[in-house]
Amino acid sequence: MKKKLDFPHIMTVVIIIAIYAAVFVAEQTIAPTSMLFTVLKKGATYALVAVSMNLLNGFTGIFSLGQAGFMLIGAYIFSIFTIPVEQRGIVYQYYNGGIIQFTLPVVIAMILAGLVAALFAFLIGLPVLRLKSDYLAIATLGFAEIVRTIFQWDKLGPITNGSNMLRLFPTFNDFNIRNAEGNVVVYLSTLVPMIIAGICIGIILLLINSTYGRALRAIKDDEIAAEAMGIHLASHKQIAFCVSSFFAGVGGAMLAMYQTTVQAKSFTTAMTYEILLIVVIGGLGSVTGSVLASFLFVACSEWWLRFLDQKQYISGHEIPLLRNGFRLVVFSFIIMIVVLFFRQGIMGTKELPDLFRKKKTAEGGAK
Amino acid sequence: MWNTIFPYLLSGISVGGQYALIAIGYTMVYGILRLINFAHGDVFMVAGIVMVYMAASGLPLWLCIVLDLAATAIIGFAIERIAYKPLRTAPRMSIMISAIGVSYTLQNLVLYITGGLNQIYPKIPWISDSITIGSATTKVVTVVTPILTILLVFALVMLINHTKVGMAMRAVSKDFETSQLMGININGVISTTFVIGSFLAGVGSTLYFTNYTTVIQTSGAMPGLKAFVAAVFGGIGSVPGAVVGAFIIGIAENIIKGLDIILFKAGLISKPMGLAIFSDAFTFALLIIILVVKPTGLFGEKSIDKV
Repeated sequence: MKKKLDFPHIMTVVIIIAIYAAVFVAEQTIAPTSMLFTVLKKGATYALVAVSMNLLNGFTGIFSLGQAGFMLIGAYIFSIFTIPVEQRGIVYQYYNGGIIQFTLPVVIAMILAGLVAALFAFLIGLPVLRLKSDYLAIATLGFAEIVRTIFQWDKLGPITNGSNMLRLFPTFNDFNIRNAEGNVVVYLSTLVPMIIAGICIGIILLLINSTYGRALRAIKDDEIAAEAMGIHLASHKQIAFCVSSFFAGVGGAMLAMYQTTVQAKSFTTAMTYEILLIVVIGGLGSVTGSVLASFLFVACSEWWLRFLDQKQYISGHEIPLLRNGFRLVVFSFIIMIVVLFFRQGIMGTKELPDLFRKKKTAEGGAK
Repeated sequence: MWNTIFPYLLSGISVGGQYALIAIGYTMVYGILRLINFAHGDVFMVAGIVMVYMAASGLPLWLCIVLDLAATAIIGFAIERIAYKPLRTAPRMSIMISAIGVSYTLQNLVLYITGGLNQIYPKIPWISDSITIGSATTKVVTVVTPILTILLVFALVMLINHTKVGMAMRAVSKDFETSQLMGININGVISTTFVIGSFLAGVGSTLYFTNYTTVIQTSGAMPGLKAFVAAVFGGIGSVPGAVVGAFIIGIAENIIKGLDIILFKAGLISKPMGLAIFSDAFTFALLIIILVVKPTGLFGEKSIDKV
């Protein structure tokens, strides 16, 4: 298929380049402690994970709830292989420095994180992907819980540090370019994660727009009809599952870098639910929607709605209800409203280029 | 040997009974709506929180229990009306997402109300007392749970098999549309199902939290998931199946918790292996195995999908 460079696509490219340029400029000019960068870093991480989940739930129609498990695998693999050898004695203090005594470069460790997650996905996919929608959901959810337990097992301590925290591995701040005195010359700690997420999402987009992607959509619309048209269900589902898990693993590695520490007990089903809700808000079946929703979600929860958690006064009167936790309540209600009344989410199944098309073609499926 | 295993077996039977009471709610709702009600575990947790606040308000304890059960039933009813009924014709994924949304909402509401602190569950006289049976010292609730569970299940099976409402439930779970054509009030039946399921979860929560004494917003997640596994294990849609599954899972889980000590005393291992951590994972491993080997569960009926 030949890509036509029409107006909508040019606009899309321009917008994306403009965003990256703006981030770069902002990073050099605004103080690095600004909330903006926290939001952008975490948002980029969540965007990648949300898109990878959307690939399964939105495009292939596989209702998987194992995302937190694959992120956990990615986060652990990444941090295990990147903690500097001289620091291992401190991190693995209960396990004599652990048994792995070498480090991998960051990029290779990230790819390895994805590959291991994909390998696990392949193994678990063999039995589980044969199941029907809701059974599959609960089986993948169970898988995530099993993974969480295994990584905390004391006997694996020399590798995983048991239930203790992994830390002191490279973080986003290590992407900043420093001069000889250790002062930062060029700030890249936000731009690089955004570029990593951008590249990964780009690869997913390529997959979605390929013949495989169209086969996946066919499976989503009607499994039996798709099979009758000669699509091999098992292998296509397996590919989607592995690819999704690969990027969830990479996302997990990014989350590790964002958080600067990793602990298995934080990768709960609640995390999977959160990502699923992001995907739903963005629109099941829209990559653009997932990305937008991730940044919105993170911005609201970390920044814009923070004020709901503190007591506020208007001309001396305390506003009722505002105290710790109110933000999450407001949030939950917004999500319920979206789920019940705006089932299309922000974007429905539209993508960014579709927004620049004339109304008629957009309604006709944007083809 | 027996003396080592017995206490774990006893608490396993007790926890199994509590899971059974939750699992019935899952299995009945699934039987009728084909929906995994992810919020059911949180309804169970909310029942615990409501009880804490009622007891703190100074009402007599027996009245608290009655009001708590009523409140839980109403919450279950309200959830169905608000979050599931509008999505009756939507794809199944939407309604499942709605269930996850409700779960998220309930947890956050409780987090807000309690401030995220552990709440001490009120001590209910008699069932909180300690008793000694053979080699095990335990609470009375441990013995009461399985008996109460079996009585309630018996009553429920009677209701399903011998009353008009029960007949309607069976009809709806067999064929949604045809039963509607036969003049069955679908919404009434679904509401009844949710009320019964939530009521039983309320009973389960009273027993469970008497045993574990603290409630927090995440308390419902794990028991909820395990009860669901129990329902699948027993064959989803089947009430006796859910109960049997729940007892098996409760017992297996508690035996694994004590497996280190049991194996050590039996002389099979020389030092602890830290196997207790796998008690939760075992449940899910069991789930995956049963789904692959026999997806219909122990007592489930084979469903035929028509194109």
